[in-house]
Amino acid sequence: MATDQEDKQILVALVENRPGVLNRVASLFRRRNYNVDSLTVGRTHKPDVSRMTIVVDAKRTNVRQIVANLYKMVNVIDVRYLSHEPHVSRDLALLKVRTEGAEAFNTVTEICERFPARIVDIGPKVTILEITAREEIIEDFIEELRPLGIVEMVRTGIVAMGRGTRIHDKDHVPTVPMPKTNGKQQVI
Amino acid sequence: MQLTGSEIIMECLIREGVEVMFGYPGGAILPTYDAMTRYPQLRHVLVRHEQGASHMADGYARATGKVGVCIATSGPGATNLITGLATAMMDSSPIVAITGQVPRAAIGTDAFQETDVTGVTLPVTKHNYLVTSIEELPYIIREAFHIARSGRPGPVLIDIPKDVQNEKMEFVYPEDEIPLPGYHPPSSATDEQIAGALELINNAKRPIILAGHGTIMSDGTKELRELAERAQIPVTLTLLGKGAMPEDHPLVIGMMGMHGQAASNHAIQEADLLIALGMRFDDRVTGNLKTYAVNAKKIHIDIDPSELNKNVKVEVGIAGDMRTVLTQILPGVNSTQHSEWINRIRDWQEDSDERDILKNHQGGLIAAQVINDIWHFTGGEALTVTDVGQHQMLEAQYYPHRRPSTMLTSGGLGTMGFGFPAALGAKVGMPDEEVWAVVGDGGFQMTMCELATAAQEGVNINIAIINNGFLGMVRQWQEIFYEERYQATPMWNPDFCKLAEAFDIPSMRVTDRDQIQEAVEFARSIDGPTLIEFVVEKEDMVYPMVPSGADLDKMIRRPKPGEKA
Repeated sequence: MATDQEDKQILVALVENRPGVLNRVASLFRRRNYNVDSLTVGRTHKPDVSRMTIVVDAKRTNVRQIVANLYKMVNVIDVRYLSHEPHVSRDLALLKVRTEGAEAFNTVTEICERFPARIVDIGPKVTILEITAREEIIEDFIEELRPLGIVEMVRTGIVAMGRGTRIHDKDHVPTVPMPKTNGKQQVI
Repeated sequence: MQLTGSEIIMECLIREGVEVMFGYPGGAILPTYDAMTRYPQLRHVLVRHEQGASHMADGYARATGKVGVCIATSGPGATNLITGLATAMMDSSPIVAITGQVPRAAIGTDAFQETDVTGVTLPVTKHNYLVTSIEELPYIIREAFHIARSGRPGPVLIDIPKDVQNEKMEFVYPEDEIPLPGYHPPSSATDEQIAGALELINNAKRPIILAGHGTIMSDGTKELRELAERAQIPVTLTLLGKGAMPEDHPLVIGMMGMHGQAASNHAIQEADLLIALGMRFDDRVTGNLKTYAVNAKKIHIDIDPSELNKNVKVEVGIAGDMRTVLTQILPGVNSTQHSEWINRIRDWQEDSDERDILKNHQGGLIAAQVINDIWHFTGGEALTVTDVGQHQMLEAQYYPHRRPSTMLTSGGLGTMGFGFPAALGAKVGMPDEEVWAVVGDGGFQMTMCELATAAQEGVNINIAIINNGFLGMVRQWQEIFYEERYQATPMWNPDFCKLAEAFDIPSMRVTDRDQIQEAVEFARSIDGPTLIEFVVEKEDMVYPMVPSGADLDKMIRRPKPGEKA
């Protein structure tokens, strides 16, 4: 079962978009024995920067240590906690459910109306649903569909962004590593 | 000018101030070896095993404070470097390792001598690179040296495919800024942090400074001494911090930890303030963390933010360059006395003096006598490099150093086989220092093939083998924790003097204490490598000893004369 939401911490890491960086981060988690619930990585609006959203269980892992060790990596540009500030987080799931017969299909349609979900493919025996929502809502959605028979499921893992004017972006213009004071550094 | 990738490597190394490379040729690195013929100003030291190359680069780096360079071919050449890279990683030693790789088109095809070297070395390097085009080669070399020597130093590996070494391009050395958007080592402390540290320092009644490798690497030993003297704070050293302050200074207690001075460990446990400078609260230093320095508030200053609050929770944690931060702190430090506290430490020291094996030992030659006599007959000024084990701890106890970077040893990784090749690297880097490799019979045999390197290069080094016919430290654990079942610790050894003779290296065997002076003088008189074998008692112990995981002040002590063990 999912652990208490309070223990889940969301970290966002901006990393250089180059080969091997995901491997470096994954290797760090493995060798330092950090427990990670999910890790997503994708492009940003800047071609040379990728963004990772990392969800960790604070009960089992020292989150400060993860942040400090991530920050230490040469290819990691910046790391932030999102859990301590207002943020939007989303997970996306695709589910293939059994919909043999009109009754089953109607149930699925009805469930989809109550969730931020939609039908993306209708087959002779199965239907594919897509939902994009907060993780807990997806969990509820899955529970409602379970009695119908879930054939397949895939989830992207959480992506998240701070609300309002908190801009999490560092200009990725090559600069000489300037000596920084501790105050300015994102060492939490 | 059109240059090949190999020539670009040479050009870049010269611009980084490299004078010497330790390496071993092979198929995938041959173009680079060929380029060496056109750059005679770069000295190449041919090792006999690539592990030796990485240890030599490490020893060179620790002795000189410059980046050490080692070179190997792909596959087995590169994997042989790994122990040395891991050693350098744990002890924050700046190395750049250059390895050949199979041509780009062959990568991933299980080609002859192909290994995923960047993959294999990922956890044991500070950073690594696989060069994928000749255009990025000069940038990568520049970045590699910058990363190796800045922040918390460490090993960086550059894996260069053979076809990149052969390719040609118009070479212009990149003078622009180094584009590392994610690399910002911390430097100074905030005013708030300084105020927090000063508040604790100026109000402490029983403060103690724990000085580590970071004080030496940041060149902050002068500031350390000023802090200690002004506020009369006793100083204890980590193994790698030896020499951070002159060990004959009245405020220096000596080493801390598992085989540290009892006075240091007692003082840490009774202190009301620990000032930890450039050290990382290793388990060999703290013992049981639950009972570690529970009476003390803690200030921790280290260049690596991930070391703060890792093992020990601290009141003031400052990520910064040691010398910079100490320079910020010093103006606010009040001049004080802590005579009562220092007298308390003196009592512990006196108790230890009574137990000193040098005063009480009767019988055959022992390692402590050998090391203390080497200290005596070298005027305490030699640069010593140890291997790992009993002799290493005894060196730390019985060879007090006055200058930083004159005691080199594998601390974090505890790499047997490190001592002899690292000493060769140190001597190559510091030809004016008198260098002694103080090694055990076990560790020496792990890398003794480098005797040929010493002979070929004529390295003027003195090798002291402390031969007890045992893997002594393991035997000590077996004696204490495994009821004296000496499984796989007794060693059949070669005749080390005959061995030296085979390498045309002068040697001497010492079995009595009154031969030590003659042996040391013999070694010092010879220009070139010399080997002295000291045959010592087989079942000696290193005390004090904090059993693994025990409370720091619950040490097994050597009994006083007349006291029962």
